[in-house]
Amino acid sequence: MKITPMIGLEVHVELETKSKMFCGCPADHFGREPNTATCPVCLGLPGALPVANQKAIESCMKIGLALNCSINRLSKFDRKQYFYPDLAKGYQISQYDEPFCSDGSVTLESGKIIGVERVHQEEDTGKLQHTVLNGEKVSLVDYNRSGVPLVEIVSRPDMSSSAEAKEYLKKVHEIIHAIGVSSADMDKGQMRLEPTVNVKIETDIGVHYTPLAEIKNINSFNFVAQAIEFEVKRQVEEFEKTGIEKSSTNKTTRGYDSVKKITFLQRTKEEAKDYRYFPEPDIPPFVVEGDLVERIRKELPLLPDQVIAELESLGIQNKYAKIIFANEKLLALIYSFRSDSEVELPKFASALANKKINPDSDVKQQYLAMTKVGNTDKVELKKIISGIIEANPNIVAEYKKGKTSVSGFFVGQAMKQTRGTADPKTLNDLVSEALLDI
Amino acid sequence: MNKQLHELTIGEVHAGYMSKDFTCVNLVKHFLNRIEKYNHKLNIYLALNEKALQQAAEVDKEIAEKGITRELLGIPMAIKDNFLTVGMSTTASSNILKGYMPQFESTVTSKLLAAGAIFLGKTNMDSFAHGSSTETSDFGPTLNPWNTDKLPGGSSGGSAAAITAGLATAALGSETAGSIRQPAAWCGVTGFKPSYGRASRYGCIAMASSTDSPGPIGRNIKDCAIITKVIAGKDPYDGTTTPASVENYPSFLDKKDLKGIKIALVKEYMLKEMRDDVKQLITDAVTKFKELGAEVEEISLMDPKYAIGVYTVIQRSEVSSNLSRFDGIRFGHTRDQFCQETKRRVMLGTYTLSAGYYDAFYKKALAVRTRIVSEFEEVFKTYDAVMGAVSPGPALSVGASKNQPMFGEMEDVLLEQSSIAGLTSAGVPCGFVDGLPIGLQITCDQLQETKALMIADCYQQNTNFNLFPDLDKSL
Repeated sequence: MKITPMIGLEVHVELETKSKMFCGCPADHFGREPNTATCPVCLGLPGALPVANQKAIESCMKIGLALNCSINRLSKFDRKQYFYPDLAKGYQISQYDEPFCSDGSVTLESGKIIGVERVHQEEDTGKLQHTVLNGEKVSLVDYNRSGVPLVEIVSRPDMSSSAEAKEYLKKVHEIIHAIGVSSADMDKGQMRLEPTVNVKIETDIGVHYTPLAEIKNINSFNFVAQAIEFEVKRQVEEFEKTGIEKSSTNKTTRGYDSVKKITFLQRTKEEAKDYRYFPEPDIPPFVVEGDLVERIRKELPLLPDQVIAELESLGIQNKYAKIIFANEKLLALIYSFRSDSEVELPKFASALANKKINPDSDVKQQYLAMTKVGNTDKVELKKIISGIIEANPNIVAEYKKGKTSVSGFFVGQAMKQTRGTADPKTLNDLVSEALLDI
Repeated sequence: MNKQLHELTIGEVHAGYMSKDFTCVNLVKHFLNRIEKYNHKLNIYLALNEKALQQAAEVDKEIAEKGITRELLGIPMAIKDNFLTVGMSTTASSNILKGYMPQFESTVTSKLLAAGAIFLGKTNMDSFAHGSSTETSDFGPTLNPWNTDKLPGGSSGGSAAAITAGLATAALGSETAGSIRQPAAWCGVTGFKPSYGRASRYGCIAMASSTDSPGPIGRNIKDCAIITKVIAGKDPYDGTTTPASVENYPSFLDKKDLKGIKIALVKEYMLKEMRDDVKQLITDAVTKFKELGAEVEEISLMDPKYAIGVYTVIQRSEVSSNLSRFDGIRFGHTRDQFCQETKRRVMLGTYTLSAGYYDAFYKKALAVRTRIVSEFEEVFKTYDAVMGAVSPGPALSVGASKNQPMFGEMEDVLLEQSSIAGLTSAGVPCGFVDGLPIGLQITCDQLQETKALMIADCYQQNTNFNLFPDLDKSL
């Protein structure tokens, strides 16, 4: 029996635009007094209308371009309808069948390509606070988050292990971070993760697929990995027990309990919501015109893979390039010494990556001290070396017997006599030459 | 010609102010007295502006200091109750919003206020504009001032009746499909539907977002042109408003003839079930247009019954979504406070948007809508305007809409095509049958407000149907 997990991921990213998706309220809702960043639009008051935030749409397109998507010439918003007390209008403005971006990809270290089906724009909901007020259990609604721009990134089910899923998420996180549209801080809920998992089971009789399970709202890469591992095991066991295969009606929604490290059933397809999507009549459809896509593309900084490739082109080893890329300070240092003729970037990078240079004090001085070139006057050094050889016939004898490691003794002695001013490489070469001659 | 104060047009009111024949306070008091006297019989106003007299005094001061520098300075207006007005409750005639005090002013009422208008109060309508009779109002129907056994039409029935009854100089209504033109026709006054996107919907409680269009109801086309100019224009708060520039509509009126104008009379709009005397009035109108120099030709368009189907599906779908914000948690009342008609619409709309049905209903409706739009595009390549009756007949009796879930659609059969195509259209009186007014519609292409107003104005100035009842006889 061969088991291949099939994992797709939906990633929600909150954009850090100045204002909300469809009104002028500030989008930064963290630590604000409840309901102090609201207006008729994000409160869903009668008569209020949404007006789309152009900046947010451009950020969504930036994410799409960074994930190698194509930007659709025609797109529109749709209403996704369901009831929940934190959903002010009774519907969320999202994109259904015509998203801004589609058909992208993320390449893993192994070279495996994970497809990105779509990247679309939507709005966040308010937040419920379950609390006790005057001794009474109450649920309060804070609408500060209502209408904050969200981008949803939907992958294809191309990942076949929790490790691949984790790597994909890390890559997406790095990219979002690099293009500056969101800090994608997991602790603040700025990035929310929903894996959809099923398993391909190949036996002697044939190929079987287990029913799909979508695991809702996870906020750490490790939990995603744990949830996937649990779910794969559970689905295989379930299949062995029941033999039930995937159908168009048996997709389930599950939650993840990070304490017990298990997933649990939330609802089955029969109970699934019918969102009754239809085109949002309050916002005209979008036609991408002229050079908008090219302009956004030009605004994109180098992406993580491109930065690493660039570092490698400067002679920096891949492993050091990755360490440097992951640390903004180190990366800035590399770039600032890029055209400094006194600094050999590969050496500098290795020293930075290996923490041999403290990036917080004068790095150039540290580098120069470390790589200082000593006395290379060959005539003078040769004289010193031959003097030491003459003064130590017994060690020369050992060398002649085949103990070549004694060359270190001569180098050390010579260095001592020059009080450490000799250039180590030159000295090494000269000692080797001298020993060959005896 | 000795007109009473409530019979004056906007221009005549301004002339009166300038010649000091009367003050704004005089005029507002006159209207408040009439409202006091007649409103309980007609049920036109749901709420009154308590500050109207105070505002009138300020207007008088302004006129004394600066003269009349604003287009609607001191013009007493009636406002349909689906426009949010700060300081006056706004309910859309639904119990679910009973007592609701808006947090912000709608864009169009803000513009009216900025132009100097004084709001007398909020007018009755079909609940959430769901109807063509005002009978779905949770606060009782408005009665037709021509004959109180009759309905005023709807949904802007209160605003239309306010003009007929002389309870305001001008009124603001809104049309989703016929809600300005039909009550204007049944009440024998002039209504104007600007193109979709011409006037902002921000602050107008949504019915069907893709066709809702605010517009005026007045004593004549010129008044409607003045108000349209004030309320039209791009609004940063409504993404569906057009950036097209707004023309100075009143300056294009007073044309002596209609030479060079080509008008299409739609064969299919002369419905089989239409009364002969109504058909005769339309034929008379054709004769009048020809006399005025216009060319009138008969053309054929898609059977109006398809427009009903399309409109019903799109409108109910949007309604079901737009009303979901009234979730019973906020605004003080629960969803059982929706009236029967609203509940029916929410249920039908929820059904047509449901998985498995969307393609069969909503998507198909959108496809037919596109057909209707392109059909009109074709017509307007040759013709300046399309004409026809507003309504199949005169005002129906009180109670006529009861147990008629498709009442509105049947009464608006000649109006829904132009609404779903987002066109502009003027409704003017064109005669009487059984002592009740009949309306004529002159519909032009999107953003051709100037043309529709100009043609309607020329017709109105050369006919004599713009009459008003004597309330002391009709009530």
